[in-house]
Amino acid sequence: MKKQKRLTLLGDILGCVFGILIFAVPFLFMLINALKDRKEANLLRLSLPTEWMWSNFKEVFSANNYQIITAFKNSIILTVGSLIVLIIVGSMAGYVLQRRSDRPVKIVDTLVMTGLMIPPAILPTIWIMQGLHIYKTMFGMIMVETALQIPFTIMLYKGFMNTIPVELEEAGYIDGCTRSNLFVKIIFPLLKPVTSTIIILNAVTIFNDFTNPLYFLPGNDNVTVQLTLYNFMGRYSSSYNLLFADVLIITIPMLILFLFFNKKIVDGMVAGAVKG
Amino acid sequence: MNKKKIYSLWFLLPAVLIFVIFFIIPMVTSLFFSLTVWDLKSFTFCGLDNYKTFFSENSLSISVKNTLIYAVLTSGLKVIIAFFIALFLTSKIKTKDFLRSLVFFPNLVSAVAIGIIFKALMHPSKGLFNTVLAAIGISGPNWLGDTHLALFSVIAVDVWKGVSISTVIFIAGITSIDSSYYEAASIDGATRWQTIRNIVMPLVRSSTNTIITLSLIGGLRCFDLIWAMTKGGPGFATDVLASVVYKQYAAGFFGLSTAGNVIMFAVIAIIAFPLQKFLNSREVYN
Repeated sequence: MKKQKRLTLLGDILGCVFGILIFAVPFLFMLINALKDRKEANLLRLSLPTEWMWSNFKEVFSANNYQIITAFKNSIILTVGSLIVLIIVGSMAGYVLQRRSDRPVKIVDTLVMTGLMIPPAILPTIWIMQGLHIYKTMFGMIMVETALQIPFTIMLYKGFMNTIPVELEEAGYIDGCTRSNLFVKIIFPLLKPVTSTIIILNAVTIFNDFTNPLYFLPGNDNVTVQLTLYNFMGRYSSSYNLLFADVLIITIPMLILFLFFNKKIVDGMVAGAVKG
Repeated sequence: MNKKKIYSLWFLLPAVLIFVIFFIIPMVTSLFFSLTVWDLKSFTFCGLDNYKTFFSENSLSISVKNTLIYAVLTSGLKVIIAFFIALFLTSKIKTKDFLRSLVFFPNLVSAVAIGIIFKALMHPSKGLFNTVLAAIGISGPNWLGDTHLALFSVIAVDVWKGVSISTVIFIAGITSIDSSYYEAASIDGATRWQTIRNIVMPLVRSSTNTIITLSLIGGLRCFDLIWAMTKGGPGFATDVLASVVYKQYAAGFFGLSTAGNVIMFAVIAIIAFPLQKFLNSREVYN
């Protein structure tokens, strides 16, 4: 038994050493280099800065006429806007898709589920957006993000609807509750656990999305945080300190989210993946 | 009770409308636009020319090969590595919560950010990787500059970033195995390896299948990490379908770009749908 205990302790120690070496050192490297001056940072060493350059952050903020602040604003509008639309349309659809099983519902189901596998068709989407005069607008971008996340959102809502007994709705219906009240007052509040999972997972996806804003939301006024990173990469390829400071600023929201919702995020991702 | 009365189809309308306008219609029309020379306003029909160009130009067709290598290797490596990390994290060690968070965090950082960090770490002369290798007397390779190596360097970073999600799926699978199986095995005198081989591995088959399908599809669609790290270069060594779609779009060849997009659909449909069927048919139910 004693041998067993020693073995576990060894496992703990080796696990932590390798875990930190492999998964924490890259972030540590970024953190300390973000605080060096340009010359020292460009050596790309894993050593503490000789002079702590907190002013790097100020410089990143003021770069390109405070572009990063615009970018944060845009990213937040995009994320929150998409989330609101997603939750409203996704919960409604998931509710009916799980409760009914006739032909139209099956067609919608298959249609939506193809979206889990197939990537978007980029240029035809731009073509449609131009036709609707919403290309390069925040509204258009919100619609695209919503369309791309609808399959996943509906899948999670459908899965959760399985656990809500039908008797609730029957009782409500017999008591004379209208259809919309039935959903708004009885069902939607019960969906709260899965709604919070959906909020967190989609927030991470949309906030971190680089590809879609690159295609559908070009232009300096519309820039999102991931795109500033990309622009910085071109402009400051020889000032790693500023580049890393920017990475850091953009990663902080995710870090905070993770510190608070660690368990929820991990469980949610497992649930989402397994049901898919 | 009349289901049709309570669960009105109107509830589906907003979701279906958004999804059809911004996903289905583009998908369907892409089949047509891939057969044209197109500038978003007017188009000229050109038959299969775009596809012919795609497969005859080496710089374009290489992307199909790269995409397949990328998808197969990332998903294979993720399955194998994640399985052993998950076994380790479900053993009796005490720091498993800490380690799980540690492994998981890269998943929340954007691919562009990860790309920037690793590009610096993989710098050929002063990057941390080669400094460490030099310290033990090995002259490190040019990770992202060597045409034969670049694709595999990006694959390694993708695995590093994405292995966590596979790991947590495996952890969920392993912890849901009934403990009576282990008891029976230990009574029969099974070794640790026999237990893993004959109990754990068959019983997490459904997790394995999920991971293979998910990471394969993810790999076939991958763009942002590759774009942040190499932009498809050096030459065309790390060009995948998604990066070709972007390059042709940026160059103004919209028809060709759309053809690349359609090829991507086809590759995913040809691989993912049958694979899922095959994997599901092999599942063991407990």
